[in-house]
This record gives sequence, C-alpha cells and structure tokens, in this order.
Amino acid sequence: MSADAEVNGSPPPVPEGLVMGKDGMAVLVDVLIRRGFTVVGPTVRDGAIVLARLLSADELPYGWGVELEAGRYRLRERTDGAAFANAAGPQSWKSFLHPARVREWSADRVEGEVVFTAEPADPPRYAFLGVRPCDLRAIAVQDRVLTGGTYRDPGYEGRRFGTLLIVVECTEPGATCFCVSMGTGPAAGPGYDLVLTEVVDVHGHRFWVRSGSEEGAEILAELPARPADPDTRETARAGVTAAADRMGRTMPEADLRELMAGTLDAPRWDDVAGRCLTCGNCTMVCPTCFCTTTEDVTDLTGDHAERWRLWDSCFDLDFSHLHGGPVRASTRSRYRQWMTHKLGTWYDQFGSSGCVGCGRCIVWCPVGIDITEEAAALHDWTRSGAPAPETEGE
Amino acid sequence: MVTELGPVIRTRPALAVWKFASCDGCQLTLLDCEDELLGLAECVRIDHFLEMTPSEGADAQRARPAGRGPYDLSLVEGSITTAEDAERIQHVRRISRYLVTIGACATAGGIQALRNFADVDEFVAAVYARPEYIATLETSTAISAHVPVDFELRGCPIDRRQLLEVITAHLAGRRPRIPSHSVCFECKRRGTPCVTVAHGTACLGPVTHAGCGAICPAYGRGCYGCFGPSSRPNLRSMVAQLRRDGMSERDIQRVFRTFNAASPEYAPVPDLAAEEQHGPPA
Repeated sequence: MSADAEVNGSPPPVPEGLVMGKDGMAVLVDVLIRRGFTVVGPTVRDGAIVLARLLSADELPYGWGVELEAGRYRLRERTDGAAFANAAGPQSWKSFLHPARVREWSADRVEGEVVFTAEPADPPRYAFLGVRPCDLRAIAVQDRVLTGGTYRDPGYEGRRFGTLLIVVECTEPGATCFCVSMGTGPAAGPGYDLVLTEVVDVHGHRFWVRSGSEEGAEILAELPARPADPDTRETARAGVTAAADRMGRTMPEADLRELMAGTLDAPRWDDVAGRCLTCGNCTMVCPTCFCTTTEDVTDLTGDHAERWRLWDSCFDLDFSHLHGGPVRASTRSRYRQWMTHKLGTWYDQFGSSGCVGCGRCIVWCPVGIDITEEAAALHDWTRSGAPAPETEGE
Repeated sequence: MVTELGPVIRTRPALAVWKFASCDGCQLTLLDCEDELLGLAECVRIDHFLEMTPSEGADAQRARPAGRGPYDLSLVEGSITTAEDAERIQHVRRISRYLVTIGACATAGGIQALRNFADVDEFVAAVYARPEYIATLETSTAISAHVPVDFELRGCPIDRRQLLEVITAHLAGRRPRIPSHSVCFECKRRGTPCVTVAHGTACLGPVTHAGCGAICPAYGRGCYGCFGPSSRPNLRSMVAQLRRDGMSERDIQRVFRTFNAASPEYAPVPDLAAEEQHGPPA
C-alpha cells in the first residue's frame, strides 16, 4: 500500500469482517509467503519479543506477554495463549523501512577515472504482521518526514511502498503505554491493508479480521474464515475499548507544543540532565526518530570508496559538531533538543507530533527516564508560577 | 558518472610498531588482519615490527628495539612503567611523523595502572622472589602523558576493523571514522535487546566508548568497558544504576578498575559509589 493510502484508503469490502482461528493465522503467513512477501513479525528472542523474519505463524509469540516499567522489560508467560497480548518490544518497524545501516553508493578508480555505482534498489516486498496502532501512526509520521516535502528518500520509498501492513489492535497495553494521550490507539487508524483484533475467551482463540485495501481484501478471501458473528465483534471491540482505559501512562492535559516552547528555561532540564546517560537508546528505539549520519569509507588502496548511512542520534556529541565543536555540548541541551523536537517543533517541521505514545523510550532507557513524567514536571512548573523566560537559555 | 582525475601518485609510507608495557594483543591485531595483510604490505613499508621479525639471522641484526626511523606512521602499544621506556617514547616520538596509540595500555595505562592506586613496592615484594631485580616506576601511564599523540585507538584489545580504518584514513589523508559515542549505539544498530532492561544485567555500555561492535551484550553479557569511557560519560547516573542492578560499592569500584582503570573520567567513581551506598558525605 502506498504511503498516501491514509488519504485514499479504499473502504473495506466486508465491513463486518471475518473471523478466523489460529489455523487462519497459519494460512495467512503461508499465503503471504506464497505471494512473494518477506513476512516480518513479532517473535521471542534473547528474552524479548523482537521483530524478525517469520517463516511460519508458529514463530509468533503465542502465550507470551510482557511486563513493562521505566527501564525494565520482562517476558511473562500467559495462560491464555494469546499471540498479541503484549505491548511494544525493543525494535520498531523502522529497523526494516529505515534500516540502521544502508550503503548508498560505491566508487572505484579504474585507469585514472572514478566510476560511481548507485546501490541497486531491489528491496524485498515486506508484509509486516502485527503492527500496533501506535506504530501504524509512526510509519505515517516517517512517511511524511522521509517522503514528503522537497527532500525525498528514494531508498525509503522503495522499501515502504511495496510493504503490506497488517495491524493488530491493542487489548493488553503496557504500563508504559500512552497512545490514548497521543490519539494513536489502541484502535487502528487508517492506512492498513488488514486489521486484526485477537479474542481469547470461552468460545475459543480467534481473530476478527477486516481489510483496508484491495490487496488486503484479496488476501482475506484466501483465508479459512467465516463471517464475523456479532458476539466476536462485540467482544473484540470491548477489549480494545477496555484497553483505552488501562493506559499505564498519560501526558499532561496541556498543549504539548506550547508547553515545550514555554519551558525552555525550566530547571527541570537540569534535573533530567543529571540522570540522562546520553547513551542514545531512546532515539534508537523511537519509531519516528529518523536522524542519520553519513560515513565515507575507503579501502587500503584508495581505489574503492563507499558511502554509508547509519542511524545517528541527537544525543551523540558528534551529531551537532560544526566548525569549532558541538553545538549542543551539555546533556541538558541534548535531552531538551530531543524532547522539544519530539513533542513541539515536530509540529512546525512536519505538521504533527513526533511522539505516538508507544512508550519504548521509557522502557529502554537504562535509567528509566520517562517522557510523560518529564512533561508533567514541566507542566507543573508552568502552573506553579514559573518566571516568564527571558532568553532561550543555552 | 565518470570523473577524470590526474595520475595517482603513490608512495609507500614507512610503518613502525612499538611495544611498551603490554601483552602484545593489540600489535597482534595487525597480524590478525589476515585477508588484508598482503594489501597492507603493498600500501605501507613495514620497517619496524619486532613481533614479526625473526629472532635470529640477518633480519634480527636489522631489528633493534629502538629503530632509526624516520617513520611516517608509528603504532604504539603499551604504557610507560619504567624509566627506560619513558626515555624510549621520547625517541619514538622524535622519529615518527604521525603517532597513534593502540589499545587501553597505551591510551589509558592499561590494567597495570592498578598500581597507581596502591604501593608498587608492596606489589613487587609480594610478586617477585627477588624484588631487588625489579626497577619500575610507581605508576603506569598513558603515552599521551609523555609525548603528544596524534590519535588514540581504544580497546582491550583494539578492534581489527578500527585499526584498518585508522591506517586507511592515514593513507588517504582523512580523519579516521572512529565514533566516541556509547556502546548502546552499536547494540541498537545490530538489534540486540538491552541486557540491562530486558534481563537486569549490569552493563557499562551506556558510558563506554563504542568500537567493539557490542560483542558482549550480543552474547547476553554486560559490557565490561574494554574501550574505556565514551565522550563525557555521566558516571553519577551510571553508578546509581549499577547500584539498582544489584552491585555493591566494592563491585562498582572494581568494575571500573580494569583495563582503563586510570582513565581520568573514572576518577570520581569511588566517591560516587560510596555516596550511593552510604549517602552523601556529611
């Protein structure tokens, strides 16, 4: 589905959807592989639910849940056997659409001439199975950043436009989730090819499936599914509605963009700088952070050179290194840059929030810095008679 | 696209490898560049490298501990622990155009810098049967404490790819591409779930200089800090986190007292660890 499907999304042909069991999930993965997709979905590895290439639905995390807190992630076995009753893991889909390392071109010196070779663009057709509503929004955010506007990333476009998105709505939010605050979940927004809601109750383990595109409808037609009964639909909807009431975190009731712009001199930035390790983990796990660095590599002879693009981070001192040194040398300025961009200036630049409320930055911060807690502290500061800022600080 | 260039003028710069107080592991990394070794030998003239020089015969005559030089690129392994070596590094600097330290010993004093925190005479008396034969300095110090250093390559041992990058960059006349950010970047780029967050394993990755490719966390172990401190590490917060991960004051002191024990960045660790255990000093 193309990135602008959010605008042109065709209405699902079966509005009531279909219901299938675990056998249907197995067929779904087989159908996707037969159609030539590289299927990527959640699976258990290294004590976490990671995203990896799937060859069978058996690899899905059936019976695994997660226990999340700031700076803490633990797998927990579930008795209900659900595959998707778990919140965001350590990676996001950007690991595939906007990979950590990409070679952009290479060059060779042949008989005194330099010949440049563009990197062949031959991305696999991905089918992402198990995209959460917050992550669906994150993909839309990266679409705007990387394919909207003047500077488009053809590599991203190539990977993204062939990608099939199969969303799974959330029924089991984590203690660090706040998609409701960011308006991104737990129900799926537009932009998917298929959307599933998992139901496990006395009537069995099943998935309510609806399509959001022609290709999604075609795939749905190949699955061993029956028309959705009202009971399954109701149970599924109730599960998603209940999830909205069980968010582990909330953002303060404030215009976050104004809050960021109005608190640049808040003493709280020094407080968080005391805890921040500037390790860069929050930006690497963030599903919308897109910053990269460029590295030119030469071989020993100097006859072969390559240009690589790697994930970078505003927490890296070298990231803002201009003539004479880094622009954002202090931890305070680096953390503030990240958070005010994510929640504030992202609107100015890209017309939306850069945060989707997935909670990954909270979980995967080694010292448990919590963006919702920082926002709340800044909000409290504005309400407790903060002095009007005179300058922008550093 | 084709760009016309003038004729390429190549010279073969002279390379020298020097050993001071060290285990030889870093200079052996050069020999470990198996696939690239022949290519390297075509690009540089290896003029002084005792480790790969026969101990007998004509070559042995040529190889003297203090080569004559001059050398375009000197790779220096090891720390300064004796009065003789303090003299010899001055000589090495004089005959080297570009001097690169390789490894934790040369860059931070190495594990032998543990003597800096103790009485070296006691160590000598405890270790050697005839202490009177031992003439050593009270401290083990980095090369940069004695002479100007053009580039410091981290690691215990150094990373083979990084060593090749430093040599390649020198040949091309560009800056080596050696980032000074944390090991966390490398874990995230290779997709390793954080061992601290997912398993509660204490890990020095957030304050450790990248370069190894995040090997230990990929095998489920915490980072040991072989590459020393990353740029401007927040040790106060790291020490507090190590406490939360279950380490005692003594454990925390010791985890920083390894290959890069004498790194100036680690100097506040004992006080910070004590403060975490007993509260701030009165």
